[in-house]
Amino acid sequence: MEETVRFKLNGKPASVTVDSDRLLLWVLRTDLGLTGTKYGCGESFCGACTVIVNGEAVRSCQTPVKDVRDKEVVTIEGLAGKGGLHPVQKAFMEHDALQCGYCTPGMIMNAYAFLRKHPKPSAAEIVQGMDDNLCRCGAHNRIIQAIQAASKEMHGGH
Amino acid sequence: MNEYQYWESDAKETASPMDRRRFLQTTGIGIFLFFKIRDVSFFTQEGPGRAAQPNLPSDFNAYLRIGEDGRVACYTGKIEMGQGIVTSLAQMLADELDVHIDNVDMVMGDTDLCPWDRGTFGSLSTRAFGPSLRTAGAEARRVLIAMASEQLKVPVKDLSTEGGAVFDRTNTKTRIAYAALAKGKKIERHLTDPVVVKKPSEFKIMSKPLTRRDAREKVTGKAKYAGDIDLPGMLYAKILRPPAHGAKLIDVDTGEAGKVEGVRVIRDGELVAVLHKYPDVAHSALSKIKAKFDIPPATPLSTVDDRSIYDHLLKVAPAGKVVASGGDLAAGEKESASVLEQTYFNAYVAHAPIEPHTAVVKIEGKRATVWASTQAPFGAREEVAKELGFRTEDVRVITPFVGGGFGGKTAHGQVVEAARLARLSGSPVQVAWTRNEEFFYDTFRPAAVIKIRSGITGKGRISFWNYDVYFAGERGSQQFYEIPNHRTTAYNSSWVGGEETHPFTTGAWRAPGNNSNSFARESQIDIMAATAGIDPVEFRLQHLSDAKMKSVLQTAAEKFGWKPAKSPSGRGLGVALGIDAGTYVASIAEVEVNKGTGDVRVKRVLAVQDMGLVVNPAGATIQMEGCITMGLGYALREGLHFKGGEITDVNFGTYEIPRFSWLPKIETHILDDENSPPQGGGEPAIVTMGAVIANAIYDAVGARVFELPMIPGRVKEAMHKG
Repeated sequence: MEETVRFKLNGKPASVTVDSDRLLLWVLRTDLGLTGTKYGCGESFCGACTVIVNGEAVRSCQTPVKDVRDKEVVTIEGLAGKGGLHPVQKAFMEHDALQCGYCTPGMIMNAYAFLRKHPKPSAAEIVQGMDDNLCRCGAHNRIIQAIQAASKEMHGGH
Repeated sequence: MNEYQYWESDAKETASPMDRRRFLQTTGIGIFLFFKIRDVSFFTQEGPGRAAQPNLPSDFNAYLRIGEDGRVACYTGKIEMGQGIVTSLAQMLADELDVHIDNVDMVMGDTDLCPWDRGTFGSLSTRAFGPSLRTAGAEARRVLIAMASEQLKVPVKDLSTEGGAVFDRTNTKTRIAYAALAKGKKIERHLTDPVVVKKPSEFKIMSKPLTRRDAREKVTGKAKYAGDIDLPGMLYAKILRPPAHGAKLIDVDTGEAGKVEGVRVIRDGELVAVLHKYPDVAHSALSKIKAKFDIPPATPLSTVDDRSIYDHLLKVAPAGKVVASGGDLAAGEKESASVLEQTYFNAYVAHAPIEPHTAVVKIEGKRATVWASTQAPFGAREEVAKELGFRTEDVRVITPFVGGGFGGKTAHGQVVEAARLARLSGSPVQVAWTRNEEFFYDTFRPAAVIKIRSGITGKGRISFWNYDVYFAGERGSQQFYEIPNHRTTAYNSSWVGGEETHPFTTGAWRAPGNNSNSFARESQIDIMAATAGIDPVEFRLQHLSDAKMKSVLQTAAEKFGWKPAKSPSGRGLGVALGIDAGTYVASIAEVEVNKGTGDVRVKRVLAVQDMGLVVNPAGATIQMEGCITMGLGYALREGLHFKGGEITDVNFGTYEIPRFSWLPKIETHILDDENSPPQGGGEPAIVTMGAVIANAIYDAVGARVFELPMIPGRVKEAMHKG
């Protein structure tokens, strides 16, 4: 059903008038022009489409846009603040934690949400927290190191 | 000892003044240096989806430009798909030209701006393109110094360069920036004579680790991939697909789909597509189409499945071609105390890049512009021109960032589909395959069978080696040990099979052929070592004469802390060697096998490479890590499930690729070999992964697995066999 859905997107009010069963991934990418969030599998297996909704990592390929009504959505485009890149973004750059870069936005968003819940995670916890995000280039170990480094910068974690 | 043969491009060469004029018109003022790549390739075979090779311009196929702003741009048909050449090629140029790397722009994969290039594959960018690029950089520097000499009235011998300027060594205040030298000029130089490039001791940027130059765009979501291209009036197309390869459309009802608001249904022969301004709406409209497909009568190909495929392959195998031979096999067999005969199998494997094949095509009059996720933009251009009936030069292919390729994006059916639909609809069209389509239309790594019969003498020397490879391809099939009597025969030399071979398309998959060949060879070597009762590292060293190979193996053993023992030692340690793309690699792995379930956990992998001169050690290391990680997939889990032309793996739910929890501790070492030419880096470290894990499993539990992937059931079965 076509209706207006209002929500907060990357810190600013947003509204779309669409069939509210449409999936957030496509509304973000096409209606709102935020193409940083990627399609990888369409069935929640890979995590390339991960965005943050009210602080939680969600798979936007499985989230109807009506589910984010009045909620706060953050995409990769909204992660950097006025002070520059987010520590997770910086750590990914510094650790070369990416190759083709296609899974990277989803990886970063998932890591961001994970670190909110686990400010000082162990490597094993990071593995568990990131295990459902797929990377084909093989940047995994560097991603783990980057998340550890970001945790250290943000929270003085180990 | 085997020589690795590189063959020069066999393309006909033609002059291309038109091309050059067009480049100069497009690129304007500056100092231009045209140069030719020593284009070597293993890709002489035409695969499906790859266009016939166009004529190469005779005088250049890459060029660089020093602009009025002092920036240096390199124009190349190569593309960036994660392998990091956007960084390593810029490093070479910056170093030879003495400019800051931030002032180097790489213009890649745009067929209007960049000279023709065969494609980005075969670990060729650094080893084949790199030396030419460095030479061009060095020549450009020489031109700049000559110009500065005239302007500054200082003899050339007193001039040097640094930081994008030429200066007088005798009076360092006298200097002129490249920007000033290029101002208002249009100078064209062609590289003819060899130019002296810098010695490794003079490197300031090369051979130093550098983080990726494209990282900022990629961590902020700004990096554009083909699917991120949005044009005014663009429609997203979703295409009706058959349930199986070989199925024919006999009836279709698009009535319901056509009722969806804003949808356009296009039918052209067997092509049925739904177009909409939103991809998800097109997708749901497509599901409203009722279609009937006819499955043709059963044939051997339509009934073969992932279990019976190997018998089928052996039945349809063409005559063999001897790839290498020496000595006398029968004499070798006579000397043998033990003769070992084994057959190795490996499954079809998908490329599965996280970005599926995607393309956007816009047609204006008789010109088309294409944005495509492709490893071969010039091949894509040919295919689009053919599909549309346009002249090749009237098609422009632009390659944005590519979200992983691994060989799979040398084929690009999606580009042709988008072109066809753009023509039929009159609108710009984007075709982005779903994951399901990606698993259906991939050019899979072929299933393969390898039979080896070999012997050892009572003294533990390999007496003969008779190696038959079916359908994997020749690459990596030649053994590199000291074996007096040997023969290697390839039944089907390439990774593309004949008409009745594979039930779907096959193609080049990262280090094509070599993964299958190295799995078989290094497993067999291990079996012989175990039979002889000799430590597998020692056994290999006893049969090696090549200094580079010995050196990578010795270094690996030393770095790993290898303690000699006869296998199976119960420790779960394995070793394997390989040569790919000119690079030597030795890998050692440690595994743990769950004796109840057969599940294998890889705990540690160490790899040592000799790859000649290393341009970006950080990038080369990352490529090795990527190879090791990706290799875990085909070694342990990846094997395509299918029944005839129906592929039953449709997503990552059943086709598992490596994930964080699979990751072992990875250690990589690159031997210092800066005076040898650079070799390939994107593929070598993956070729040993099947064997190194198989050998470690054997060492852990005394069970030999002959088939990839080594899924738990297969390992358990091997344990029961003992």
